[in-house]
Amino acid sequence: MHQLWLIPALPFAGFLINGILGRRFSKSTVNAIAVGSVAISFLWALKTVLGLGEERIFEHYFDWIVAGGFQVGCDFAVDRLTAVMLLVVTGVGSLIHVYSVGYMAHEGGYYRFFAYLNLFMFFMLTLVLAANYLLLFVGWEGVGLCSYLLIGFWFRKKSATNAGNKAFIVNRIGDFGFSLAMLMIVINFGTLDFATVFQGVAGKPEPVLTTIALLLLVGACGKSAQFPLYVWLPDAMEGPTPVSALIHAATMVTAGVYMVSRSFPIYLHAPSALEMVAYIGLFTAAFAATIGLVQNDIKKVFAYSTVSQLGYMFLGVGTGAFSAGIYHLMTHAFFKALLFLGAGSVIHALSGEQDMRNMGGLRTKIPWTFWTLLMAAIAISGVPPFAGFFSKDAILVSAYHHAPWMYWVGTITAGLTAFYVFRAMFLTFFGEYRGHEHPHESPAVMTLPLAGLALLSIFGGFIKIPVWLEKFFPVAEAPEETSLVLISVAAGAIGILVAYWMYIAKPGLADSISSRLGGLYRLVYNKYFVDEIYDAAVVKPVVAGSRVVLWRGVDAGLIDGAVNGVGSTSQGFGGWLKLFQSGNIRSYATWVLFGSIILLLTLGLIGAVR
Amino acid sequence: MTSGPPLAWYLILSAVLFALGVAGFLFRKSIITIFMSIELMLNAVNLSFVAFSYQLKQVNGHIFAFFVMVVAAAEAAVGLAIILTVFKNRETLNVDQVNSMKY
Amino acid sequence: MDVILFLIFAIIAVVCAVNVVVQTHPISSAISLIGVMGSLAVLYLLLGAEFLAMAQIIVYAGAVMVLFIFVIMLLNAGTEAKRGRSLTAQLLGLPLLIAFLALASYFSQRFYPGGAAVHFGAFKGGTAQNIGMALFTQYLLPFEVTSALILIAIVGAVVLARKEL
Repeated sequence: MHQLWLIPALPFAGFLINGILGRRFSKSTVNAIAVGSVAISFLWALKTVLGLGEERIFEHYFDWIVAGGFQVGCDFAVDRLTAVMLLVVTGVGSLIHVYSVGYMAHEGGYYRFFAYLNLFMFFMLTLVLAANYLLLFVGWEGVGLCSYLLIGFWFRKKSATNAGNKAFIVNRIGDFGFSLAMLMIVINFGTLDFATVFQGVAGKPEPVLTTIALLLLVGACGKSAQFPLYVWLPDAMEGPTPVSALIHAATMVTAGVYMVSRSFPIYLHAPSALEMVAYIGLFTAAFAATIGLVQNDIKKVFAYSTVSQLGYMFLGVGTGAFSAGIYHLMTHAFFKALLFLGAGSVIHALSGEQDMRNMGGLRTKIPWTFWTLLMAAIAISGVPPFAGFFSKDAILVSAYHHAPWMYWVGTITAGLTAFYVFRAMFLTFFGEYRGHEHPHESPAVMTLPLAGLALLSIFGGFIKIPVWLEKFFPVAEAPEETSLVLISVAAGAIGILVAYWMYIAKPGLADSISSRLGGLYRLVYNKYFVDEIYDAAVVKPVVAGSRVVLWRGVDAGLIDGAVNGVGSTSQGFGGWLKLFQSGNIRSYATWVLFGSIILLLTLGLIGAVR
Repeated sequence: MTSGPPLAWYLILSAVLFALGVAGFLFRKSIITIFMSIELMLNAVNLSFVAFSYQLKQVNGHIFAFFVMVVAAAEAAVGLAIILTVFKNRETLNVDQVNSMKY
Repeated sequence: MDVILFLIFAIIAVVCAVNVVVQTHPISSAISLIGVMGSLAVLYLLLGAEFLAMAQIIVYAGAVMVLFIFVIMLLNAGTEAKRGRSLTAQLLGLPLLIAFLALASYFSQRFYPGGAAVHFGAFKGGTAQNIGMALFTQYLLPFEVTSALILIAIVGAVVLARKEL
């Protein structure tokens, strides 16, 4: 037995112990339990993966739902795809746990933070290990819950709790799509088990499969922050930076990509849905990149970058290059987590400052942070031989073979990506320091994970995921074409150079451009007013409708009216009826006579008088 | 065998007497008179019982009528005692003025 | 012969009954009621209920009505007062009464058309022996219960009519 259940169970135990007893523990005890559980989980996952061959490890624990012919078991399974996810989640997760020890050292609610973090790991691992859609959905919902809890960690801040609500509610919309998809799967396949469903895909009519695939896509859009359900991710930056790194960069948001990849048999038989995946991914990638160009909060820049990179993953998956999408998932986890943790280190150094306009010239003051962040920036720009180059390239090549125009849009977006990341780097680390704080380097407990992730960002590209997943996904990868590779690298380099020119060589250039393109700048800076549009089109009508129709109309008017109406009708009727009680014997006798006549009539009519 | 009046006539007579008793109950104001109307009704019913007993050639009707008589006597005794009490309290025999049980 | 006897005493009964209802002074009503009871006793005889006829005279006319007259004298009930106020009884009473009468007559006509001819002496089962047999064998329990009832009535009447009430 491989004892797969240990992998999620250890963080869950950590959550229970820290959650219930953590208040009385010292910080080091909390650390040991939280970090230790995730680290041991990582080691166990590593052991499992090393013992993995070509086939799938399957473990059935107990029958969860038995309802006539429909059964759902609590089953875990590990195959090559799961292996990648497992190692990414537990590995990057352990590093972030270590980092959090330093970052959250001065915060209140210390044990609560680690308890939630461990709970998140439990749910994420359940999601990844699940062998049927329902168990995956349990993990899916669970990570949404933990995201809500962690975004609103500083619950006394109204903006944080609002952001938590927004994340949960927007996710819910996606979950609705997912639930409908599961319903359709049950109706058409009779089961939710992966193996059974995927074996039976070939025989089903295409419209059914397309519907299921599109509904699953809705769920994935919600969880992975694709257009139009991406609006929660930038607001989620209200949470502590380790949370942004773990949940909103490396793990939770990748759940959508994982789910789509897992369901690849369905998507391969529903080409129009797969097309949709690619379109949405491409559009989101470009759209978010443009917004990231002009943001001033360092975390928001990286948030939009996450949305954009997730779009790349969807593009990869949507053009049939599933392994490229997963490859990018892994490398993105490395450099995006590093970017966020580095940003956290900067914020920690400046005692909470997040606006890049108040930074500058920090590279001499916090060198560790600077160098590790630089590695991440180079990786995300797609410069060889860093990690991002291989994965992004695989996606772009696959996009070219699917439809050339997608390749060009993707390449331009890659240029934009390089631009905004280096803009952030230059504004933060170069030039004169524009703030008033006293920057100090972060402690070793924070810089060591940064270093680890930097190494992964540099060399992580050599973990050849497409080769590892070659036998898993049946689609052949498109062969590399050197010219395409060169063009995409050039785009990245151009982006870096433009950023250098605008922010180092001619510092005033950015402001003059933005003031000349005033209207356009304002539009992009305000995120194309998408939040405001949603507010006006969806939120306000729903709230107004609830207030006027449901609250005043139905609840107060109908239901209260009915209940009170029953009362007042009884009262009225009783009031009328009491008039018969006149105290007058003779009228009583009259009514008795009346009654007896009725009785006689009735008896006579029904023939009882004989 | 000479024929007599059909049984139905007795029954109709009983009905008429009963109706007269009800009329007295409804239209008179004095308690005593109302009480006497009740006795009239009971007598009418007795007649009906005896007539049916003749029809069925059984003695059960007589027994019923006998019991009705007994109960009516007991009722008359107690009822008149109550009337006495009411008269002592209200100083009136007008049934319309004994209406404090109204709503 | 039976018909004539029946008609005479039926008419007497009805006239006396009307008198009970119509007279203003209670004493007159009481005397008329005695008349009703007497004629009813004769009708019982015609129907062959000898024992019952005697019981009617002795118990009803002799005891109950005398009790009534005692009470009327005791209360010094005079002529009735002016018209009272009972709208329900006045408005609804008469129509309901007529309806009731019509209904009862209709039913009795329909289900007992004619019926047996009542001939004096045709029913010999109403003797004291027959009634006694039935009373003390088949209806023993009601008999005993009735005696208890009378006891209760006596006690009740005594208690209710005491002076210090």
